[in-house]
Amino acid sequence: MSESMLSTKSGVESRRSGSAATRPSQAGGAPSGPAGRGAKGRGTKSQGTKATKGGKQGSNVLAHCVLGIGGLAMISPLLYQIVMSLSTNAEVQSTPPTLWPSVVQWHNFADVFTSMNFGSQLWVTVAITVIRVIGQVLLCSMAGYAFARMRFRFKGLILAIVLSIIMVPSQLFLIPQYQIIQNLGWLNSIAGIVAPGIFSAFGLFLMRQFFMGLPDELEDAARLDGANPFQIFFRVMLPLAANGLWALVIITVLWSWNDLLWPLVVTSTANAAPLSVGLSNLQGEHANNYPILMAASLMAMAPILIMFLLMQKRVMAGIGRSGLK
Amino acid sequence: MKAQTLTPASKSGRATQAKGDRRKGNSKSDGWWPWLFVVPTVAGIGVFYLWPIVQTFYYSFTKWGVFGGTKFIGLDNYVRMFADSTIPQSILNTLIYTVVVLMGIPIAVILASLIERPGLRFAALYRTLYFIPYITMPAAVGIVWRLIYNGDFGPINWFLGLFGIQGPYWTSTPGFALLAVATVGLWMSLGFNLIIISAGLREIPRELFEAAEMDGASRVRQFFSITVPLLTPSIFFVTIVTVISGFQLFDLLYVMMGKANLAMPQTQSLVYIFYNQAFLQNDKGYAAAIGILILLIIALLTAFQFRIQKRWVNYV
Repeated sequence: MSESMLSTKSGVESRRSGSAATRPSQAGGAPSGPAGRGAKGRGTKSQGTKATKGGKQGSNVLAHCVLGIGGLAMISPLLYQIVMSLSTNAEVQSTPPTLWPSVVQWHNFADVFTSMNFGSQLWVTVAITVIRVIGQVLLCSMAGYAFARMRFRFKGLILAIVLSIIMVPSQLFLIPQYQIIQNLGWLNSIAGIVAPGIFSAFGLFLMRQFFMGLPDELEDAARLDGANPFQIFFRVMLPLAANGLWALVIITVLWSWNDLLWPLVVTSTANAAPLSVGLSNLQGEHANNYPILMAASLMAMAPILIMFLLMQKRVMAGIGRSGLK
Repeated sequence: MKAQTLTPASKSGRATQAKGDRRKGNSKSDGWWPWLFVVPTVAGIGVFYLWPIVQTFYYSFTKWGVFGGTKFIGLDNYVRMFADSTIPQSILNTLIYTVVVLMGIPIAVILASLIERPGLRFAALYRTLYFIPYITMPAAVGIVWRLIYNGDFGPINWFLGLFGIQGPYWTSTPGFALLAVATVGLWMSLGFNLIIISAGLREIPRELFEAAEMDGASRVRQFFSITVPLLTPSIFFVTIVTVISGFQLFDLLYVMMGKANLAMPQTQSLVYIFYNQAFLQNDKGYAAAIGILILLIIALLTAFQFRIQKRWVNYV
């Protein structure tokens, strides 16, 4: 056990040091990068070779063209969605497509609440996301901490089994999970949707990796002060793991908010379903009321979009850290 | 191997450390404290993930009665699977989908190499624009794309109409439907690929590019001789992720096409068949066997990729 632990630890440490190296190189590389470039740029300027300068700018113009057109193409579906959500149904179905509605139909957004169970579905989505986040943050960080920094029997074996679960596609859990929820009488309930998802082998692994990279000194100092492991964990180590926790929170929020297959399986009534299920079922009933569909889907995405725009760096770092969704 | 060589040293190290205050029993474990931390999660994972895998494996050898109850039928579900023509069709569909989404990787490499140019203005804005589709809800975005693909008044067919081309009913015509869904898959995954590849790009030492520039290498030459070879670990990683998630195709298919779509049999993925058999047809035994098949295919493809990575991935 100790050897497997050690080998993984050394592997993790090298990975950590790798990622730690990238950070300073980003932070430290940034000054060196621009400084070096600045010096070089000045050099070419003082030499007065207009050709190279022009060439460089030219290629950056090309880069801006490619990136700009591509970026516009990437968000064009969302722009289209926004315009259509503000149009009348006739305008949506007109060709050539409506660029901007003649009269902005703000009421489409209010109509969403009356024509579908948007309110209750939004509540379900928020509730399942909050509960899963709290559950995973608490459970995964505690377990991850123990696997990273404590010694106990069968640790290597248990960890190996837990990690192997990460590789298994969700279809292998789905049927028995459904039976468990059914037997508990939790179908069509928030408890039923969240139950499996408050436990996460991936989250455990993520937090373990994070705790392994933290220094020993503070923990040792707290232990000498007579703190018990609970106190050490909650007062000393958990605050140090803020970056890892952020990554876990972001990954869990994104997954929970957007998840479709599991809630589709355990909910059969429109009131009990989250937005993902509600929207995918809405197609049948309101298939032809396009502005309402667009407004509903826009509102369903909006909280995540706003979260992303407010904390882009954290989200991208969290996703980059996760690798797998 | 490395671990074994490490063990004696570590043991002696631990022994000397333990000589001090923590000697009694503590040298081997931290007592019952770790279990307080570990048991809730490990128990939950055992109940909701580990045991279900065992059960699913068992279910794949059973037949589910209409009124409940299961009967052991040996390999019948697997035999049926080999005779079921929708299975190879769906594997092919999933492969086509995956190949289309994989084409996003070279695109991401090119875009990343443009965005990560030192001192490029608006780099943060570009990153945001490309990343947004990745975080959007598939169920919500699928509805939007369904409208964009609409055969009668969707903007794509209107655009094709400008050139006198009569566009198909994209999401309800076999062949086109899969392509339409896969394009959306590419659109959604591009931002993720871009983030991973950009991170890989930032780890390439700037000096390499500067040296190449001194030697008069063009940007294109630098791209193929420095950027791409040194990015192969990142490219390998996003390839693995893309293939695994490609074989999980369900959300977009379900939302963009819908259960009643007549083109579904020619377009469905393995996971869609699994869902259909398990929860619409209530044939959970057969569905379990399909689940095992999905596991095997993903495991084989991943193992294969790890095998051939030596030929093309450069670890510095």
